Amino acid sequence: MTDVIQPATIPGVGDLPSDVLIRVDGLVKEFPIKRGVFFKKQIGAVQAVSGISFEIKSGETLGLVGESGSGKSTAARCILRLLEPTAGNVYFQKTQDHGADLPPIVEIAHADKQTMRILREEMQIVFQDPFASLNPRMTVASIVSEPLIVHGVGSAEERLEKVKDLLRVVGLSPEHTNRYPHEFSGGQRQRIGIARALALNPALIVLDEPVSALDVSIQAQVLNLLADLQDELGLTYLFIAHDLSVVRHISDRVAVMYLGKLVEVADRDDMYERPMHPYSHALLSAVPIPDPELELKRKRILLEGDIPSPANPPAACRFHTRCPKFVEGHCDTEEPMLRELEPGHWAACHYPEVQQLF
Amino acid sequence: MRAVDGVSFDMMAGERRGVVGESGSGKSVTAMSIMRLIEPPAGEIVTGTIEFQGQNLLALPEDDMQDVRGGRIAMIFQDPMTSLNPVYTVGDQLIETIMLHQHVSKHDARRIAADALGDVQIPEPMARLDDYPHQFSGGMRQRVMIAMGLSCNPDLLIADEPTTALDVTTQAQIMDLMLKLAEDRGTAVMLITHDLGVVAGFCDTIQVMYAGGIVEYGNATDLFGNPQHPYTWGLLGSMTRLDESHTERLHSVRGAPPSLINPPLGCRFNPRCDFVQDICHDSYPALRESGRESQIAACHLATELDLNTIDVTGVVGS
Repeated sequence: MTDVIQPATIPGVGDLPSDVLIRVDGLVKEFPIKRGVFFKKQIGAVQAVSGISFEIKSGETLGLVGESGSGKSTAARCILRLLEPTAGNVYFQKTQDHGADLPPIVEIAHADKQTMRILREEMQIVFQDPFASLNPRMTVASIVSEPLIVHGVGSAEERLEKVKDLLRVVGLSPEHTNRYPHEFSGGQRQRIGIARALALNPALIVLDEPVSALDVSIQAQVLNLLADLQDELGLTYLFIAHDLSVVRHISDRVAVMYLGKLVEVADRDDMYERPMHPYSHALLSAVPIPDPELELKRKRILLEGDIPSPANPPAACRFHTRCPKFVEGHCDTEEPMLRELEPGHWAACHYPEVQQLF
Repeated sequence: MRAVDGVSFDMMAGERRGVVGESGSGKSVTAMSIMRLIEPPAGEIVTGTIEFQGQNLLALPEDDMQDVRGGRIAMIFQDPMTSLNPVYTVGDQLIETIMLHQHVSKHDARRIAADALGDVQIPEPMARLDDYPHQFSGGMRQRVMIAMGLSCNPDLLIADEPTTALDVTTQAQIMDLMLKLAEDRGTAVMLITHDLGVVAGFCDTIQVMYAGGIVEYGNATDLFGNPQHPYTWGLLGSMTRLDESHTERLHSVRGAPPSLINPPLGCRFNPRCDFVQDICHDSYPALRESGRESQIAACHLATELDLNTIDVTGVVGS
């Protein structure tokens, strides 16, 4: 039981290790709750993300898991500045020159518009729903080349060549450039979304539930594609998902969120074989495994009730209202910090304990 | 378009059957047909019989079918928000179902309704009868649907993707509850899902559907342990598993399911099959013994192929 993460112990911008691509430090996102028709008055706030800190190394996949309402998508959108963070910092180590005088490490959360515009070349996102994230009136060529046009890359012919290359890379036929999204299946549409994300040679891709809407056999194809692309292009992924078995397959490290907080962060196999936080235990024990004999033997930790509202989260440890190991007078009065309990294995619990669940 | 083509199966009283398949495989249409919920012009049952406790449901007059529906056979759906009426209280809707199928007074129906909510572990059931669906969370709404489905003690409960819209910890609660209730009452359950993990913990027997037909049937342990149809085998290989740390590629089934407007000739799985031969293009394989007891597969090669000895990493499939 060593360090406690305190803002003071987090090194300054200058000492971001060279293998770290992005560091998130105390990220907070609040959404106001307003009332009134003409004179809207803020009457409260939902804190969707409440001070999370983590880093992702270059070429690594960090899996961010949690149930609906845990704040995982909001956190990712804040990191990309698709939402404005309320507080906290995000440090990004740029990998390309961009021909502008940006420092090697850029603080994204407070960067100006111009800086963000440049940095968008380095960070892209693939969304969950391949039906909603592609404009039905645009051809594949115009969808995939749009980032190139926005960033003024190449001539029209060069861009078309690039689009054809990208389609080939994601396993689609280059002849399909003039087709519209509705002419493709769900899996193919997700490939188009991936091609668009790759267009500007980004370093970081946020994958927000990229396979949740797909059938199992198609899911496997897209997961294989993502793994191949990472190998070939050295991409770094932030992979957001609620499916813990998919996350185990694709991630190097896994972070578990509950009601806006990180409760556990660990290397992939540590997280699944030696989870320490009671919420991780419950989450892992709830995931069904396609093996009837194993399912008979497994013990399930059934949580009571539902996830509390983020508008009014429980005090101290946010999990204490549902925790099987709740200790009165401690868990409900003092918030557990995220501590490094074993090398690389962090948990935010007063009574952490390794438990094997299968 | 034939959404379901020549599907035949039996279910025993009290059996828990899993119907698995990807979108468009015909699993929901099969269930809707049993309930006779498919009406022209949307679609029609062209031929076949559906026999339930000795009665051909397809020949029943609509009035009698209404007694079966919700009485002896109940159904719950994926999205509990759209299957509950938002302008009536949960109690009103439960009481309506109960009074329709059981000859009881409104007062008694209310008591039965409260008991039903209590059975699905909703706290303070009597008070919650007066709440509207939006006052319940997703998991609680699905509990209400289960309470409604079981309120008339059906012999068969058809659950169509009952937990797909729910979080995984809520899914575990609901599946645990359904298992307990079905076991206590001896209710047969037909669980329709795309999630092979969910059926593994719940079902005795499983039928796998593909492109409108059943491609494999067997008891749960055998089907997962020794899949006999290349599609089942590929589906299991496509799955990421919580208890396995494989860093290599997944063995996926290549391509996508066929269009049912113009399905492939012969075996409908032939464009995606790793073991396809001439015969697969010529004739549609019937469900046949696979060489293993209790397991049948619709594959020409079922007796010849030993899928379990095949090295997955050597098979192409992207």
